[in-house]
Amino acid sequence: MLLINCPWCGERPEPEFVHGGQAHVARPTDPSATDAQQWAEFLYLRDNTRGVYAERWRHSHGCGRFFNALRDTTTDHFIATYKAGEPRPAPEAAR
Amino acid sequence: MNEGLRTHSGGRIDRSQPLRFSFDGRSYTGFAGDTLASALLANGVHLLGRSFKYHRPRGLLGAGVEEPNALVTVRRDAARITPNLRATQVELYEGLDACSQNRWPSLAFDLGAVNDLLAPFIPAGFYYKTFMWPRSAWHRLYEPRIRASAGLGRSPTLADPDHYAPRHAHCDVLVVGAGPAGLAAAQAAATAGARVVLCDEQNEPGGSLLADDPRHAPLVDGQPGPSWQAGMLASLAAHPRVTVLARATAYAFFPHNLLGINQRLTDHLARPRKDTPRERQWLVRAREVVLATGAIERPLVFPGNDRPGVMLAGAARTLLNRYGVLPGTRAVLVTADDSAYEAAIELQRAGVFVAAIADTRAISDPPPGVAGANATQLWMHAAQRAGIPVLTHATVTGTTGRRRVNSVTLARHSGLAGSSVTHPCDLVLMSGGFTPSVHLYSQSRSKLTWSESQQAFLPGAPAERVRCAGACRGVADLAAAASDGAAAGAAAAQAALDPARIGVQPRAPATPPPPVLPPHANHAAHAATPQAGGFIGALPRAGTARGRAFVDWQNDVTVKDLALAMREGFRSIEHIKRYTTTGMATDQGKTSNLNALAVVARAQGRAIPEVGFTTFRMPYTPVSFGSFAGPARGALFDPVRTTPMHDWAAAQGAVFEDVGLWKRARYFPLDGEDMHAAVARECKAVRAGCGLFDASTLGKIEVVGRDAVEFMNRLYVNNWSSLAAGRCRYGILLRDDGYVYDDGVVARMAPDVFHVTTTTGGAPRVLALMEDYLQTEWPQLSVWLTSTTEQWAVIAVQGPKAREVLAPLVDMDLGAAVLPHMSAVTGSICGVPMRLFRVSFTGELGFEVNVPADYGPAVLQAIHASGQPHGITAYGTETMHVLRAEKGYVIVGQDTDGTVTPDDAGLSWAIGKNKPDFVGKRSLSRAALVAPHRRQLVGLRTRDPAVVLEEGAQVMERAGARPPTRPLGHVTSSYHSAVLGHPIALALVAGGRDRMGKTLYVAGARGDVEVEVTGTVFYDPTGARLNG
Repeated sequence: MLLINCPWCGERPEPEFVHGGQAHVARPTDPSATDAQQWAEFLYLRDNTRGVYAERWRHSHGCGRFFNALRDTTTDHFIATYKAGEPRPAPEAAR
Repeated sequence: MNEGLRTHSGGRIDRSQPLRFSFDGRSYTGFAGDTLASALLANGVHLLGRSFKYHRPRGLLGAGVEEPNALVTVRRDAARITPNLRATQVELYEGLDACSQNRWPSLAFDLGAVNDLLAPFIPAGFYYKTFMWPRSAWHRLYEPRIRASAGLGRSPTLADPDHYAPRHAHCDVLVVGAGPAGLAAAQAAATAGARVVLCDEQNEPGGSLLADDPRHAPLVDGQPGPSWQAGMLASLAAHPRVTVLARATAYAFFPHNLLGINQRLTDHLARPRKDTPRERQWLVRAREVVLATGAIERPLVFPGNDRPGVMLAGAARTLLNRYGVLPGTRAVLVTADDSAYEAAIELQRAGVFVAAIADTRAISDPPPGVAGANATQLWMHAAQRAGIPVLTHATVTGTTGRRRVNSVTLARHSGLAGSSVTHPCDLVLMSGGFTPSVHLYSQSRSKLTWSESQQAFLPGAPAERVRCAGACRGVADLAAAASDGAAAGAAAAQAALDPARIGVQPRAPATPPPPVLPPHANHAAHAATPQAGGFIGALPRAGTARGRAFVDWQNDVTVKDLALAMREGFRSIEHIKRYTTTGMATDQGKTSNLNALAVVARAQGRAIPEVGFTTFRMPYTPVSFGSFAGPARGALFDPVRTTPMHDWAAAQGAVFEDVGLWKRARYFPLDGEDMHAAVARECKAVRAGCGLFDASTLGKIEVVGRDAVEFMNRLYVNNWSSLAAGRCRYGILLRDDGYVYDDGVVARMAPDVFHVTTTTGGAPRVLALMEDYLQTEWPQLSVWLTSTTEQWAVIAVQGPKAREVLAPLVDMDLGAAVLPHMSAVTGSICGVPMRLFRVSFTGELGFEVNVPADYGPAVLQAIHASGQPHGITAYGTETMHVLRAEKGYVIVGQDTDGTVTPDDAGLSWAIGKNKPDFVGKRSLSRAALVAPHRRQLVGLRTRDPAVVLEEGAQVMERAGARPPTRPLGHVTSSYHSAVLGHPIALALVAGGRDRMGKTLYVAGARGDVEVEVTGTVFYDPTGARLNG
């Protein structure tokens, strides 16, 4: 059971959260302007990173907020958590 | 009790408290403080179990958690039967009833022992090679036989009457293990200001100190061990920041410093109180963890090393010093480690005749006098002074004895002078050195590194906020372990309390410093650290060595089995482990893994670290299912959601069904009615008069705010701008992949207020999807989302008489001119505030009355009373399904399956054509989603009106088609329609709408059923009744 630092509530145990997939995948502002390839990539293609990975979590049994986290997929250690809309921190700076 | 097998005094048993107990039906007596194992040995019972595969007679090997042989079943009553307990950890209580396992008809005479004679024919992996043919024999012969002999112990067949309690805890420093290192660590951490939890698997803290002879105890911090221990315990017990957990095994190291601890609260009591939980499952989140888990003595691998009476030297010391039991009368020690000398001297002092010590090491004669001698030479000197002959560079060529060892044959290593000598004995003590218990450390994903000097895997770089202290990191000397523990405890407290630190987030601390061993010690008998390393693997064979040398006692794996696996081509230790099952028994190889590794390494000519080690898995020791289940059983297994009107429905005789967590009334049978009859009656009542339905489980989300209409436009496919306040509309929600995700009626209560309903099961995920888009894609929209599912009780009143039923109760005109189909108004009913929707999921004139949940039952009863003159009939979900299917209304998740577009479901009319975008819009023009021959929802009518299709059945173009045939689709909904007098069905069929009137075939239990493709609306296709 991971311990996750919600940027709004602080550290809470994993069962309070729902994982939300890769972070920083923006929905195209005008989907009708995308070609089939671009739209398919938005829908279906995600990174499968070994190492530091930016991902979304939702504190669904707490404040209900979506936020982002940098997690090392090889160790499950969180390097940083940050509010939605904030830029991805540099891994070194976050340590 | 056999008086001769107890020491005259001493031990941690209470000789004033004799306890009666039984083993395999025979009565014995022991003392308070005994374990089942020590009490049995004190009664002269050495045969305690039969091995798993060969059914060989087995006695004690160890004295604690590592015991592989003495597995017993303890029985309190018919329901309280616990198998596979280690007799060395079963505390004695008055009336304890235990029995041995894996034998029939009795422990002394076991028919299964025939396997031992068959051993040459059932080597490692025999079950992969035999039982292959004839194929037909598998079900009739092999499988039943294998099932009968598989498994250890018998599980109880009755429900567990005990209860189990979970507890979550947080602390600054968690110390695992209350031996000398752990006690010192806890004390140091608490002194430094940390909140400390100290857990230990035994009934009393002390660890290795408990096995010491108090009259010759070594010094710790300048005090004799027992008084140091007593002082520590008193100080910890009095400390307000320290929690000490006894009988509490830390069995798992979960991520981010969460440890699972299984605490046994009542198993040691003769009469447990009914209100005390049997076990407590602790989940402790610690800022810092100190592992002081000690080390486990390693057996030596020599022929005949599994006979009862062959045990670990340390186990004999524990039996003697802790329990006052003489484990034998005539002992021979075989050792590769100095600690066995101490055992020999203590046993001899207690009156056991020690015939010889056979040391596998080549030890040069000590120099004259004591000065300049190394530790081993000092020990050898002490033994010889006590009159015990010491044979160096020795090995064992075999043992004899059926149910108890009666001789051991010693020899010098091959190539050395001297013939073999056979010693009569009833006790063979062995010590191959100590294996640090790094299980939890490895579970934390921290690294283990091989220490050549210590011949052990020791803790390396940590992956969590964890450090090790004492014997588990190779610091074996008592005083050194205590000071190592104190240093670890202080460092852990400092790290935990560091003001610069944020939370418990694990970030790997630096690699721990190497253990510092003291140059000299404090007691003559402990002149130095016992020489580390010991012996790993199989002892060298010499001369006429005969018999099997066991590596894994519990799973009966011998050196030969390992060799066979390698001959057959297995190379990886992980594969060899699985093929031979070494280390895979309930003890998880605590005594066997390292020896197996060394046997493999030697055979492969590789170094041990090259071979690697197998994964340390949780749990460290078996944990009962009850402890994991805790209170989550029976009614508490899963939450149950009931509507406000549940009790009313129950009183009406409703039969309920589970829909997600909800209990929904399925139908309301009258006397003698089955479901079919009840549903037929309910359906007709709704179509002819009026029906009453509890729709409270529908998900409800209040979408409010300046930008609510824009939000709804972006999310749902429909055009909400054109929906006036006071109107509702059937809404469809897609995901961005274009497939139908949810549906429901959406009412615009005010320009900036939408009352969104969802499917019963879909409410949480729809709200989550809404929040996702609102928070992360369109955070600039001013919208608030609130789940109101449980705030509203929803009563559907459906049927041609619905208006007459409701009219007397409400404060408004219900006429079609004022309140046409798809109206949504606020008002009151029976004086209660109400949102009234004129909507229908039945195809009849219908209303859905929403009132605050607490008023639901009263309003429902008022409606029911008002409906009596009109024959109002309560109906359930089954009738609801039939009625909606007659009208071709889809149920998302039944008629759709996550690959269905609005067009597939015949719902493209709902899409707002002029909207620039909505979730899923772009996907609807993807090539795959506009391809011809997609599966489309159609109706099916069987040519034979007596046949109701199976839901899920495949739809085929031709009768009699057999695989490989691609079906055209499948039946999604199928019912008998009492109103229409024939069966109806909905189906997803490839190119379905182009097949109207065509004949297709549906697979059925009694052959293919001929069906005609129809539209989806079977009843009132013009909607005249709906708009009435």
